[in-house]
Amino acid sequence: MDFQSCVNIKKEWDIVGARQLGRDIAKKIGFGTVDQARIATAISELARNIYLYAGSGKVCFEAIDDMNHKGLSIIAIDEGPGIEELSQVMEDGFSTSGGLGAGLPGVKRLMDEFDIVSEQGKGTEIKVVKWLR
Amino acid sequence: MSTLKLDLENYKELLKEYIRTKDEQALYQAEQFSKHSMQHNISPEEIINIHVQSLQEIYPEMPADIQASMNFLLETMISYGLAYQEHQALREKQLELKSELSVAANMQKTLLSTKKPDFDGIEIGAISVPAKQMNGDYHHFVQDQEGSLGIGIADVIGKGVPAALCMSMIKYSMDSFPHKRMEPSVILESLNRVVERNVDSSMFITMFYGLYNPQSHKLYYSSAGHEPGYYYHHDRGEFCEMDAPGLVLGVTKDAEYPQKEQQVDPGDMIIMLTDGVTECRQGDRFIEPEEVLEIIKKYMDLPAQEMVEQVYKHFEKLQDFQLRDDFTLVVLRRNV
Repeated sequence: MDFQSCVNIKKEWDIVGARQLGRDIAKKIGFGTVDQARIATAISELARNIYLYAGSGKVCFEAIDDMNHKGLSIIAIDEGPGIEELSQVMEDGFSTSGGLGAGLPGVKRLMDEFDIVSEQGKGTEIKVVKWLR
Repeated sequence: MSTLKLDLENYKELLKEYIRTKDEQALYQAEQFSKHSMQHNISPEEIINIHVQSLQEIYPEMPADIQASMNFLLETMISYGLAYQEHQALREKQLELKSELSVAANMQKTLLSTKKPDFDGIEIGAISVPAKQMNGDYHHFVQDQEGSLGIGIADVIGKGVPAALCMSMIKYSMDSFPHKRMEPSVILESLNRVVERNVDSSMFITMFYGLYNPQSHKLYYSSAGHEPGYYYHHDRGEFCEMDAPGLVLGVTKDAEYPQKEQQVDPGDMIIMLTDGVTECRQGDRFIEPEEVLEIIKKYMDLPAQEMVEQVYKHFEKLQDFQLRDDFTLVVLRRNV
């Protein structure tokens, strides 16, 4: 846990900024091209959810380096309306992406660990981790 | 990890081979490679990655711009990969649902099974085939304590699982009625109350109930908005419609079901059916009720069970073996 950096998400353009920063950190950690692309796509998805449903929030990155474990942790935080039916948004085929395979189940597939906490009226926090192999 | 590396070697060799020969053989192997990859849940971006790595090894001097373009291609494939994985997951889920449904269908078959009773001088034929896995039609035979034979035939408006669940309820309420004297009007009145209390108002059940007394050879029947049955007069060689006024089950609490009476002579037949029989379709055309009767007439000389089976086979074929609605046909014939 050496550093943490965040990108505020307010405009659609900020999604690109988050991708860029996330990819740079992933590259530094040592992720290959395929994993970099996957991480970037997951960031897109998280940031777009903030932009579309919460209006504003932030995506934070943290390089993990303890003992023999290296990886990247990403936390997306917003103070939006929250998600009412978590089990529903985590279900395949439900996402509003219209069957484009993404949505939160997509993020879960792209990453190794996935954790979500959401409270109605208070906001949502999603934490994902990708381990370096 | 080692298998993936093996695949990379394999892919590189195949690619080299193809670039050298432009041979169909190599392309066929490429097809095998992609099928093998799918079996191992390899997503498209990984294939592209293998391709890029192979290219780098075959052409160490590959221009940096071309390499960059390959990363661009890889990036565009990520979402396809996700869609592919989602598709796989949904497919598995579908298989699960399908097998669950077939277990339920089997269970329903056991739950709703009814035994054709043996009556001297009366022959019974019955067939009920669901359009989908679960049957929304129901027929039921019961012998009351006075020796009369009760026959119920019912249809839930709607198909599939909800209809089937509804039918199980009907069956159990009927089983719980006292077996003393099963007057059609009383049975339908009681069932109506059960349905009205327990079933969502958007769901309707129609039912025809007949009670045959083998001593007096009288048939009593009532209908709850069900498809009319037919009565065949052997002496005249003529079919008559058999209908009684009565509301569909579950509409209002105190519906009444007037009962009608019919003297049954030797050779006469009582035909009860659901709209899956009368609303058979040939292409876009609904068949006419007369056509059903013609077909019944055609097979009338057969034993009752064979007769209903032949009639079913006829309409199954007419509809290209794809039933649009559950099909139930019950025939009763007085032989002596």
